[in-house]
Order: sequence, then C-alpha cells, then structure tokens
Amino acid sequence: MAPKVEGPWARFRSEFAESRLAMAGLLVLVAILAIGILAPVISPQNPYDLAQLDVMDSKLAPGEKSAAGGTYWLGTDDQGRDMLSGIFYGLRISLGVGIASTVFALAIGLVFGLVAAYFGGWVDTLIMRIVDIQLSFPAILIALILLAVLGQGVDKIVIALVTVQWAYYARTVRSSALVERQKEYVEAARVLALGQARVVFRHLLPNCLPPLIVVATVQVAHAIALEATLSFLGLGLPITEPSLGLLISNGFQYLLSGKYWISFYPGVALLLTIMAINLVADQLRDILNPRLRK
Amino acid sequence: MLAYAIRRFGQSVFVLVLMSFLVFIGVYAIGDPIELLVNPQADEVERVRAAAALGLDRPFLAQYWVFLKGAASGDLGRSFVYNEPALTLILDKLPATIELAFVAMVMAIGLGIPLGLLAGLKPDSFIGRAIMAGSILGFSLPTFWVGLVLIMVFSVQLGWLPSNGRGETMMVAGLPVSFLTADGLAHLAMPAVNLALFKLSLLIRLTRAGTREAVLQDYVKFARAKGLSQGRVIGVHVLKNILIPIVTVIGLELGSVIAFAIVTESIFAWPGSGKLLIDSINQLDRPVIVAYLLVIVTLFIVINFVVDVLYSLLDPRVRLGGAAASH
Amino acid sequence: MSGGPLLQVDGLRMHFFTKAGVVKAVDDVSFTVGRGEILGLVGESGSGKSMTGYSILGLVDPPGRVVEGRIVFDGTDLTRLDPAAWRGIRGNRIAMIFQDPMMTLNPVLRIDTQIVEAVQAHSGVSRESALARAREALVRVGIASPDERLRAYPHQFSGGMRQRVAIAIALVNGPDLIIADEPTTALDVTIQGQILFEMQKVCRESGTALLWITHDLSVVAGLADKVCVMYAGRFVESGPVADILDRPLHPYSRGLIDSVPARNERGQPLRQIPGMTPSLLSLGPGCPFRERCSSATPRCAESPEVTEPSPGRRLRCFHPAR
Repeated sequence: MAPKVEGPWARFRSEFAESRLAMAGLLVLVAILAIGILAPVISPQNPYDLAQLDVMDSKLAPGEKSAAGGTYWLGTDDQGRDMLSGIFYGLRISLGVGIASTVFALAIGLVFGLVAAYFGGWVDTLIMRIVDIQLSFPAILIALILLAVLGQGVDKIVIALVTVQWAYYARTVRSSALVERQKEYVEAARVLALGQARVVFRHLLPNCLPPLIVVATVQVAHAIALEATLSFLGLGLPITEPSLGLLISNGFQYLLSGKYWISFYPGVALLLTIMAINLVADQLRDILNPRLRK
Repeated sequence: MLAYAIRRFGQSVFVLVLMSFLVFIGVYAIGDPIELLVNPQADEVERVRAAAALGLDRPFLAQYWVFLKGAASGDLGRSFVYNEPALTLILDKLPATIELAFVAMVMAIGLGIPLGLLAGLKPDSFIGRAIMAGSILGFSLPTFWVGLVLIMVFSVQLGWLPSNGRGETMMVAGLPVSFLTADGLAHLAMPAVNLALFKLSLLIRLTRAGTREAVLQDYVKFARAKGLSQGRVIGVHVLKNILIPIVTVIGLELGSVIAFAIVTESIFAWPGSGKLLIDSINQLDRPVIVAYLLVIVTLFIVINFVVDVLYSLLDPRVRLGGAAASH
Repeated sequence: MSGGPLLQVDGLRMHFFTKAGVVKAVDDVSFTVGRGEILGLVGESGSGKSMTGYSILGLVDPPGRVVEGRIVFDGTDLTRLDPAAWRGIRGNRIAMIFQDPMMTLNPVLRIDTQIVEAVQAHSGVSRESALARAREALVRVGIASPDERLRAYPHQFSGGMRQRVAIAIALVNGPDLIIADEPTTALDVTIQGQILFEMQKVCRESGTALLWITHDLSVVAGLADKVCVMYAGRFVESGPVADILDRPLHPYSRGLIDSVPARNERGQPLRQIPGMTPSLLSLGPGCPFRERCSSATPRCAESPEVTEPSPGRRLRCFHPAR
C-alpha cells in the first residue's frame, strides 16, 4: 500500500473539509468578510449620510416601505436609517477592529513570547510574571478601565483590545518555543553558528505558528465580542462609527416598547460572525493539534 | 503549609499595592471632575475652593500618598458625587452583585457538570451532540445580546418576568437578598440565567473533555471489573478525578463572573456594584472607581487563595506534598 | 454447582465496528478452565487475548461487541445474562487484575475505599466487617502493616505494592476465577517472580482458578496447568503445558517457543518468526499465520477445522509439526 503523496496544503484542506459544520462556518465567514469589505457598494443606502435619511421613515418595522418607495427589509432605527445598511457598515467596523487588534496583539505577543523563551532567565521571569498577573484578571475589567481612562475612539478601543490580548499570544508562543528550543534542529542551527535572529525567526518561529493560528482565530472572535460589549456599555466607539455593539445599544431603549428589530438583527449578525469564527477555529485546533494526530 | 501561606500573602499585598498605583495613575488621568461637579457658572475662586476641598489641587504623588494612608486604615476616599465614603458605597452594592454571581454560578455548576458528564459518556449519541452544539452556541452568544433577547421574549412578548431591578428583598443576617421572595426570584431569574450561560457552556466543555479522558483510564475499567454499579463508577471514580481541574476553573471563573456582572447589571438595571462602576465611570467619580477596583482585586486574591486550598484538599498527590512512602 | 468445567468459552467472537471497517479482535476462540486450574492464554500483542478476558467479564466497550459464542460459567451462559446479573458476578465470582498497576488504582481514592467498595458491591456487610476483610486480603498478598496501608493513597505505593493491592482487591470476595491480564509485565524482574509465586500459592490454597493472559511463554511454563495459544484473534492450539512446550504442533507455537532465549544456546543468534502480524482489518478467511509460515501450502487459504490430535489437545492447522 503506497500512501498517496499529497502536499501539506492539500492534506490540510481535505482534513478541514472532513467536518461539514466547519465548512459551513467557513462559508458563512467568507460571506461575512465579503459583506464587510463591500459594504459601501452593496448597501441600499449610506446610513451615515444624513442627506439620505428621512425622519419620516424612523422606527419602521421590517418589510415596510419607505416614503420614497423602497423596502426596509430589516426595518429602520430612530433616525430613519435602514437597518440592513447599518448592519453592513457595522460589520465592517466590527471586523476591522477585531482583526486589527488581533494583528497588533499577535505581533507584540509574538516578540515578547519569543524573547522570553529564547533568552530565559530574568527576562523570561519578568515577562511571564506580567503575563500571569494580567491574565488573572478578566479581560473585560481591564478593557473597561483602560477605556474609562482613554476615552472613546477606534484607536482607543484597538489599544484596549491589544492590551488585553497580547498576553495570550506571549504565553502560547513562549510555551511552544520552549518545546521547540529543546529539539535538535535548534541545537544544530546554533552549532552552525547561525545568528540569533536567524535562529529565532527562521527556525523557532515557523514551528510555533500552528498553535498561534488557533489562538489567533479564537481571539478574533473574542475581540469582536468584547468590542461589542464595551460599545454596548457606551465605552467603546463613538456614535459616528457605529459597530454592531453600538447598533444594539442604540436599539436597547426601544426594545421595551416592542421595537425589537433595531437591536435584534445587529445581534444576529454579531452572533453569526462569532459562531462562524468559532466553528472554523475548532476545526483548526483539531487539525493542528499534534496530540490528536493519527 | 504556613510558610506557603505567608509567602502567598506577601505576594498578594505586593500585587494589591502595584494595582492600586497603576489604577491611581490611570484614573488620575481621567478628565477633570471639577468640570462636572461644580456649577458651570461658578467663578475661578469657587472652583479652586472645590478642588482644594476634594484634595485635587495637590500634586499627583501627594494625592497617592494620602490615598495609600487612607487605604491602610480602610478609607478609600469619598465619592465626589454622593459625598459618601467610596468603600461604604461599594460595600452597600456588593451583596447584590455577589448574590447574582453566586446564583449564576450555582446554576452553571448544577447544570454544567451533569450535562458535561452525559455528553462525555455518550459523545456520539444524539443527546451528546445536542449538548455540545448548545455549548458552542452558548460560547458564541455575547452576554449582553442574550440579555436583550431574554428581555424581548420574557418581558416584552410574554410579559412573564420583570426587566429591571431587584424586586422585593428579605433581610438575612443584616443583608437584603432577593432569592427568598417570589418577587425577588422573578427579578433574579433572567439576570442569573444571562450571567450563567457562558460559564455553563464552559463547564459543559470542561466536564465533557475530562469525562472522555477519564472513562478510558484503566482505573475506571478496574472499578467496573470489581462489579461496582454504574452510578458508583461514574459518581465516585470518574467524577472525583475530573473535579480537580473543574474546581480550579470554577474558582478562577468566580472572579470573572463578578466582572461580567457589570454587563448583566447594566442590562437588567440590577442595583449592584457593576452598575455603580459604569455610572461612576460616566460621572468621573474617581474615588469610587479606584475603590471598586481595589475591592475586586482583593476579592480575586482571596478567591485564588481559597481555590489553592480546595485543590490541595481534592488531590491527595498535592496535599501530601508528593511524599511517597514507597519502599 | 454443576458438574462441568468452571468456565467454558465456546466459539467466542468479539468484533469492533469501527468507521474503517469491522475488526475481528476475537474470532472463534474456544477453551475451558476447570475448577482450581490455571490456564495460560498466550499470544503476542494484538492477538485478542486481552479482549477475550474483557469479553468474559462483559467489559467490552463500544464500538466492540460480542457477536457470537457462549461463555458458560458454572453452568450459566454469561452472554444471556442481563447487565445487573453480570455485574453481580464481576468482582464477586470472577475477578480481574490488569497489566499496569500504576493505572488500575484510582489516584484520588484511599486504598480502604477502593477495597471496601468492592466488598460492599456484592454483600450487605457493614463497613467494619468489610474493612476487616480488606485487612485480611492485604495480609494474604504479603503487605505488612495493613492498617496503615489502608489509609494511604495509591501514589504512596511502589508499582509492586500497587499490584499486590490490586490482587488483594481481586481476592477479597473469594472468587472462583481470576483473570490476570499480564499482571507482571510492567514490574521489575525480581518483583515479577515474587508476585507470580504468591499468586500461584494463593490460588492453590483457596482453590481459585486462574486465567493468566500473557505473551511470555517462560511465565506460563512455571505456572500454568494448560496453555491456549492465540494468533490474530484466532484459536491456534491448546493442551497441557508440558505437551505444548515439549511438542508444539502448530508452526506458530513452535516459532514462539523457539524465540524464547534459552541458556544452552548462548552465543547463538536468537531465532525469530519472520514477518509481521497481519492487520485484523484486512484479514480474510484462511489461516492468518500462513504468510509467515514455512509449512504453508495453497490449502492454507481455507480455514482449517479444529482437530483433536490426542486426548486433551486441540489444534487448528493443516500441517501440524511432527
């Protein structure tokens, strides 16, 4: 029996496709990303161009016609804004904040984790002590305080999210780098007197990537949820840049009078996004986890 | 054990002082409370007098020193807004938060461990898959949105449960509690479910993973080979082994439940410390923010300590310090 | 008590129904164990010998299932019992000892708990009398200061001590049969000898029958009355221990015996059986050993019937050694 020769990428794809649920998650995720990127093109209106809004259309239920004749499939908010367009734009901001904060946190965590693992000693102790102390507090508490101090704004919330997330990456990178450092190929690279930077980035780094990819995928979902929560509490984004969380918060006051759609549909969009990412992350974890490899 | 406890205590005090300093720096940077507190028409003389009365005219380090001296004697400053000791304000609100967190945690544990066991024992059955799917959903649902949906369904559509407040309370040992009156329970139900949901999902996953690992162990097969009933094999042999990591996580999550109560309390207008924090942030009430954080940090440290002790009680290998008496 | 043998396994088949296909872990195995008799069940890893032991106790986990055959214990076919009745026999009349003593005792329960629960699962005695029986069982397996030991946790014991505790648990209810699944393999050689000696002594004293599962023929030689050899889930041959060791009929048994290092062959290369055990997943009909067998002929592609070449000996081979 000659095993079929296939590249790692093909093997990865076929293993990923083994779970139909994960494939569904991936499909939804791609669709959501496309909507986020194309929001200005595909939205029925630009919800933040006041000239396009008609106060006469405010708080219309889903499916009702606008004064101008169009249909608001998901209703309108108190300003007469089309909720569908609002959600498309909101997705764009939520995804942007989530991905941007993950990328920055990943980069910072990666550097600190590698430094801690490679140099060890007091450098390692200091970095990991900070990580431990930080991780012993719930992310939401730290983010809340930071935002209370920093104020509102996209840049502020990204800073807050990066601050609460970098420690996860640092810990993940350090632990897998420590495992890799023991291995012979790193020893061999050192014996060859390759530069330290080269050993770290060409040899250690690529082998730390699989667990990092899994953590990063999960963390994008966490970041999006956290941003939404903070915006809902009125501490995240300003009203001029409404993410999904802010849309939900905005609709909250109308919920008790039965105008559910202003909060409900942005929530569904948020839920779908987070769930799709989690499904993909779960499958990635199963594939990339060497302990579960057959 | 005593030396260990003392070392832990020293570490805790250090973390506490460090946190207080960081928090103080951070909170000090928040806007100018004078702007909010003093009548906008007030003249400069009045502003300076107000600032002096609140101690805001002194340099930063002097303010911190005053704060530290006060903190050591249990005085965490006075609220700018309510003109009451900040600590008193928080301690007044804390029981409501703790009641909410406690009820939520009991719900999460009471449901999460049995459901996780079931899903772990029958991973391929319909019920096992359904429980897992539910826990993935519970993981993905943002807490605040679940709260909104609960209000939408049970308060607005069905009109069964009240959407805000604590309801009628009863005094137990000098503290008001909601869970002993019918009205209080009705008020407590939705916030508690809301807060429990995420922890429930977490406990299901944890218990399921632990169970799946434990049932493959030889000691489980040996227990069955002894002719023990299924109930004893699962209830004693499996459960006692998986409880060790679960207790650790429950302990650590207790702190995060209190933190997440901030969100739940804001949605359901539950008069607890989390809502007080959000209000204080919006009103720039610095002493209350600082005091809240210090109280929470202290609470965390206490919880971590208790978890360590519990852990050692559950796991004989830790308790006996690995002093194997083998020959 | 019925007049027949204590345990009669007859045409036992235990299959695993996996996604990749049906794995015939035990495929038509028969043997008998008389009262107080010691049977060595011999085979290499993957031969289905442990699974045979689990089948007798009804401890096979899904996706495995006993699909055919009878397991008659003291006149009762265990496969027809309801789960509760089978549980009443487990640990009571048939006990089992596992291979790795580090894994078989529950790490978070004290020794007394683990013995007392075995007693109380089968009789309504008080905790005090259960403890007394526990203490007695520990003394029987040679554990000094049993009272102190009862209050200890497994991690405070060495591997050999743990296996003694496991044996004490197996003995505590006075079973008629003990199934021992390679209980000495994980132990040091000196401890192995002690445990073997004591197991044999205790079983002879109390008239307990023993089904000793092992890959090690040298263990069986000094211990068993009878031997049953398995290969790739199938019965190979059985008979009195001296007959099998002196004059193996099946080429596989011969290969096994030849590959035991013997003292008088110092300096000689060890003999080994060429080839590897076939995958149970792709195993067709016919003798599973034929790929590795020097006597194999085309006829071996059919499955040979079990024959009785001499009284007390049974064999499944077309080409028995002479």
